[in-house]
Amino acid sequence: MRKKTVLRAAAAATAALLTATACATQRGQEDKGTAADGACKGQQTTGITDKTIKLGGIYPLSGPASAYGTISKGVAAYFKYVNDKGGIDGRTVEFVVRDDGYQPPKAVEEARRLVEREKVFAVFQTLGTPSTAAVWDYLNQQKVPQPFVATGASVWGTDEAHPWTTGWQPNYVAEARIYAKYLKDTKPKAKVAVLYQNDDFGKDLLGGFQEALAGSGIKVVAKESYEVTDPSVSAQMASLARSKADVLLNITTPKFGSQALAADAKITKWNPLHIVNSVSSSAAVLKPVGFKNVQGVVSATYFKDPADPQWASDPEMKAYRQALGKFASDADPANQFNAYGWAVASTMHQALAAMKCPTREGLRDAVRNLKDVKVGMLLPGVTLNTGPDDAFPIETMQLMRFKGERWSLFGEPVDTRKEFGPVTG
Amino acid sequence: MSAVTELLQQTVEGVGAGAVYASLALALVLIHRFTGIVNFAQGELAMLSTYVAWQLMASGMPFWLALPVTLAVSFVGGMLVERVVIRPVEGAPELTLVIVTVGLFIFVNAAAGLIWSFTVKDFPQPFPDGGIDLAGVSVGWSTLGIIGVVAAVMGLLYLLFQHTSVGLVMRAVAANPTSARLSGIRVGRVLMLGWGLAATVGAVSGVLVAPLLFLEPNMMGGVLIYAFAAATLGGFDSPVGAVVGGLLVGIAETLAGAYVDVVGADLKIGVPLVIILVVLLVRPQGLFGRAAVERA
Repeated sequence: MRKKTVLRAAAAATAALLTATACATQRGQEDKGTAADGACKGQQTTGITDKTIKLGGIYPLSGPASAYGTISKGVAAYFKYVNDKGGIDGRTVEFVVRDDGYQPPKAVEEARRLVEREKVFAVFQTLGTPSTAAVWDYLNQQKVPQPFVATGASVWGTDEAHPWTTGWQPNYVAEARIYAKYLKDTKPKAKVAVLYQNDDFGKDLLGGFQEALAGSGIKVVAKESYEVTDPSVSAQMASLARSKADVLLNITTPKFGSQALAADAKITKWNPLHIVNSVSSSAAVLKPVGFKNVQGVVSATYFKDPADPQWASDPEMKAYRQALGKFASDADPANQFNAYGWAVASTMHQALAAMKCPTREGLRDAVRNLKDVKVGMLLPGVTLNTGPDDAFPIETMQLMRFKGERWSLFGEPVDTRKEFGPVTG
Repeated sequence: MSAVTELLQQTVEGVGAGAVYASLALALVLIHRFTGIVNFAQGELAMLSTYVAWQLMASGMPFWLALPVTLAVSFVGGMLVERVVIRPVEGAPELTLVIVTVGLFIFVNAAAGLIWSFTVKDFPQPFPDGGIDLAGVSVGWSTLGIIGVVAAVMGLLYLLFQHTSVGLVMRAVAANPTSARLSGIRVGRVLMLGWGLAATVGAVSGVLVAPLLFLEPNMMGGVLIYAFAAATLGGFDSPVGAVVGGLLVGIAETLAGAYVDVVGADLKIGVPLVIILVVLLVRPQGLFGRAAVERA
């Protein structure tokens, strides 16, 4: 009995001590002057001074999704290039990169590290839907901006409880819409077969596609899903082939994208128009299948492909190639992911430059107040727009068809928001 | 297409998938038969062998030269793994051995990712494109080719075990390591040989499936689950059982996915697990396996 009381007292004392320490730490932080004065009074200035801005990014540098890790090299090269020219409003950007191996628990750990130890101004960017979803509650509670996440899930732009988080690339619903519009315009009576990954990504895109087709003469006649643990999708492709559909919508991640493209080429009796989603449209997916087997495949994009000779004399592309050679010599300029990193970093540049207050709140508001912002690495006609209730910066895409050894653009850029209205959650 | 033709076509798809599972199940059975170990890293070793073949071809070697070199490298590699990784824990409880092979699985997977990255690589198809048409049912040359190779490997293993002195020694070690050692057999060397052979059979499996699945470090992960189901169904000590089990699992999985609406594509992955469970409950030694008999 007596022992218990002693224990309880000790526990209470420890708790009190912990609370005191926590309060002290918090007060200590405020004392260091993390709040701004003047019109921006009381706003957070952690990670930003008159001379520097500290940003932290979390990317899969190792593990199964490490092919995306090179995006961080494109981003880093952009910021070094900008720093070389005097920085953003006189502030040089320090960009800290952490590796989460595409594992959500690791992403949480790294986000805490960036916020609490590195004391970054904003977490720019997190990559992948699972990792981003794992950290967005924490970052929003801490009121740390999480702008321009590298994932296309439609949840980033429709959620109201996370004002500090925004998307960047066209969300999967917007992408589904441009395919739907293309079919409505060119094959109004099409029968569509769909292969999709049985998770949020696959269902997001498929749902958006079916919604966009509502009221048209186009029918989805067959749907097959696969799990990421399946060895192959050849059985699914054989079932889809029996539907005799004239269009195949391929909603897969890279390995399964290659398998589906190869299976389509192998089934010679069935020759649908093959639409492959942007997640699986990179050269790394198409090349193993053999370029001769993917001729005429259709996809959509929104930024300039560095491998496309059309942009060889484009000033932004020239600056990109030069900067990559100078600041990231181990990164291949022809790799689309590096160009993606460059494009999203230059968007971040414009958001930082547009801040009314040099504070975290200032960045949050600037990110949600983009009006027809142009970014050199994006396709002509693609501009960024956001609003208080619209956290989807890019909703315009252009179709492309595979010809020879590369994609070639066709048609006009389509603003899916104008065509179909805002995406709702 | 009539319902019968459709059923046949689905069955052929199932056989194609099953042949892939059977090829890896053969390697699993082989190693279990000689060492009593269920090797969780078998799929990853096969993947590593496939990368060796890919690397050889990427440096300009033709397929039919790269193949024997790969098999030789895999054989030596398998023996080395036994000597370096498994020998120190020889005789330890089964759980220890399982954990060591799981550790090997993770290590090999990560190492392959580090060396060759996780982007998919194409692997040349040794068999011609297209196939033959049998009464409306198309059978791909690659399916026929895989079945042929798997059957040949099975036949060679049978000859090795039943009609050579090495096979006799290996069987003696499998039946009773202690007596084998007492009669002058170097048990350690025989175990190394068993690992080497299993790695070679695994390499054949990897090279066969890589053109269909595309080469990347996680290529064999999904296949391994099905191969386990195949080996359990056929009996963990029977090479014939592994092949029959593989084909049955492939057919069951494909037909269930196509015809049982509840299963669909969503639950297809559950089919091998159900098979494992039912076999363990009803006939733990598998269709072709021999039940272990112990003197009371």
